[in-house]
Amino acid sequence: MGERALGGGGGRGSLLARIRSPLLRYILRRLAWSVLLLFLVVFLTFLVFYELPSADPAVLRAGRLATPEVVAEIREKFGLDEPFYVQFWIYTKGIVTEFDLGFSYYKNVPVREEIFARLPASISVAVGAFVLWMAIALPVGILTALRPRSRSDRAVTGLTLVFLSAPTYWLGLVVLFLFARDIGAFPIVGGAGSYVPLSEDPKAWLESLILPWIVLACGFAGLYARMIGENLREAMAQDFVRTARAKGLTERRVVLRHGLRAGLTPIVTLAALDLGVLLGGTILVETVFNIPGVGRYAVEAIQNADLPAIQGTVLFGAFFIVLAILVSDILYAVLDPRVRY
Amino acid sequence: MALLEVRDLRVAFRTREGTVRAVNDVSFSLDHGQTMGLVGESGSGKTVTALTILGLTRSEQTEIAGEVLLDGVDLVNLPGSELRDLRGRRVGMVFQDPLSSLHPMYRIGWQIAEAIQAHERVSKNAARARAVELVRSVGIPSPEARVDAYPHELSGGMRQRVMIAIALALGPDLLIADEPTSALDVTVQAQILELLARLQSETGMALLVVSHDLGVIAEQADEVVVMYAGRVVEQGTRDEVIGAAIHPYTRGLLESIPHVDGPRMAQLTPIPGSPPNAVDLPPGCAFHPRCAHARPSCSERVPALLRVGPEHRVACPVLAPAGPSTADTPR
Repeated sequence: MGERALGGGGGRGSLLARIRSPLLRYILRRLAWSVLLLFLVVFLTFLVFYELPSADPAVLRAGRLATPEVVAEIREKFGLDEPFYVQFWIYTKGIVTEFDLGFSYYKNVPVREEIFARLPASISVAVGAFVLWMAIALPVGILTALRPRSRSDRAVTGLTLVFLSAPTYWLGLVVLFLFARDIGAFPIVGGAGSYVPLSEDPKAWLESLILPWIVLACGFAGLYARMIGENLREAMAQDFVRTARAKGLTERRVVLRHGLRAGLTPIVTLAALDLGVLLGGTILVETVFNIPGVGRYAVEAIQNADLPAIQGTVLFGAFFIVLAILVSDILYAVLDPRVRY
Repeated sequence: MALLEVRDLRVAFRTREGTVRAVNDVSFSLDHGQTMGLVGESGSGKTVTALTILGLTRSEQTEIAGEVLLDGVDLVNLPGSELRDLRGRRVGMVFQDPLSSLHPMYRIGWQIAEAIQAHERVSKNAARARAVELVRSVGIPSPEARVDAYPHELSGGMRQRVMIAIALALGPDLLIADEPTSALDVTVQAQILELLARLQSETGMALLVVSHDLGVIAEQADEVVVMYAGRVVEQGTRDEVIGAAIHPYTRGLLESIPHVDGPRMAQLTPIPGSPPNAVDLPPGCAFHPRCAHARPSCSERVPALLRVGPEHRVACPVLAPAGPSTADTPR
């Protein structure tokens, strides 16, 4: 170990420099950046919603038949008469200490509870689709990389274009009309609005999510198959692959341990980012399939001009994206030893 | 029987621009414990020849003809699985650029151990212990710590030593070194060459060194093969080829080596012109457009190798001494 520790930035008195492991130091630094980034997002969303509202938030909050006294009471209770920075301080403090995203104007319940209640559905959609598209993209990508310009290679390229160009809502309706139990030509799985939480009925949960998964995974699967194929093809042309063959390794090991290790590393970080975006809610798929997730909550919030709910879903989505960036940075550093921390 | 015997080897690559005949009718043989130098400019086919010995040029776009006999077994037509068994075990290989030839994401000890475990059923710990010994044997200090380093954490010379350790992991009979020093600093080059010579004398393996640098070859080789545009233009023992070069291309190479002990302001003589395009070779002797001795007949047919000494052959009918010489490879 001693040799490798050379070149570390020891000697400086800062807190970070005192941590021995360069990887841990890197992670902590990335973590600090993520917090800063989140703070910036909170600030921006607050700014947008503080400056933009066409109506007085206290009036919106008070409801339709409120007397001026009630409005004034609410204004004082929630600090809406305070200057900008005080309101921002109250808002930020609420988010940091108890993840308080405010009360929904529309339903008069905490936005936090609403989002948490819908989170399992969004996570189910995102993770299931992610697993499906990776399960398709990996073997297809490897196959096309090992047989460039073959028929399967061209088929993947063509299909990818089709699925990428097909709008999600159109593709969603097509599969519903084909396979949904209520309106489909081949009624085999649950259709729109059939979502059941996993904790209630795993089988019904699975059936209700198969179509959304397929629709969401299609475009990604094609895209990832192509990216994996291209990266692997590039990796297989590298000198170290020739070395691996010269060692007398089986071709299988050459591809899986040497080619893929180099070719997949950038894909892994990209996949973490895509998954993070989806975890924040998939608006189109949740809407088409009527799944009660965070994405559909955002749509409803916009339709009802429910400002705290919109703000909350935006923040929530941003939180997952910042988290995904953090995870992808750390993954890259762990996977590729050449990354300088 | 020679350890390695290459007979009439031809390698051609099908490309969009046309077929590249990278290697044509190359023949040579190498005995146990001997060193052979394969010299030529880039594009001369020397690297392709070296890679083809282990079947590393095999692909759907490649046509390989002729024979590569390792202890009498033809490797050109050997099934993939049997060829794989020979790679690393009977024949080791070292490449030009050790940074790109080592996997950037694995520790060097792992990469050495992998070569051992590809051929022998040994435990992880035993393979690692052998990796440490190999790292020590190629002259890398504090091997126990170094096996845990990644390639980018080592210097160029150290990386090439690691490549040599991988190639020698299973005690091969033949080591093929393709431009082993070309990517290294001049001071490091000598160390690597010394290391190869020491390891060869310790293990008794045969060594095939491929280089564009006749100086590298002249130091070590027992036999020398000079290639130009995919063909052998001169071959023989070191004394024959280096000491009594006949082919104008070999002479040109010799004149372009700087001599430290030579006269101070000695002029280096470069070979005029540049190597030909592999897709569109000049007719006849491919060297004739650059040759001071060229005659009209040189562009008419490809010159055969003429025997001019016990081992010495040269593909130049203009300069080969007339007399008892016979064309021993008529075609």
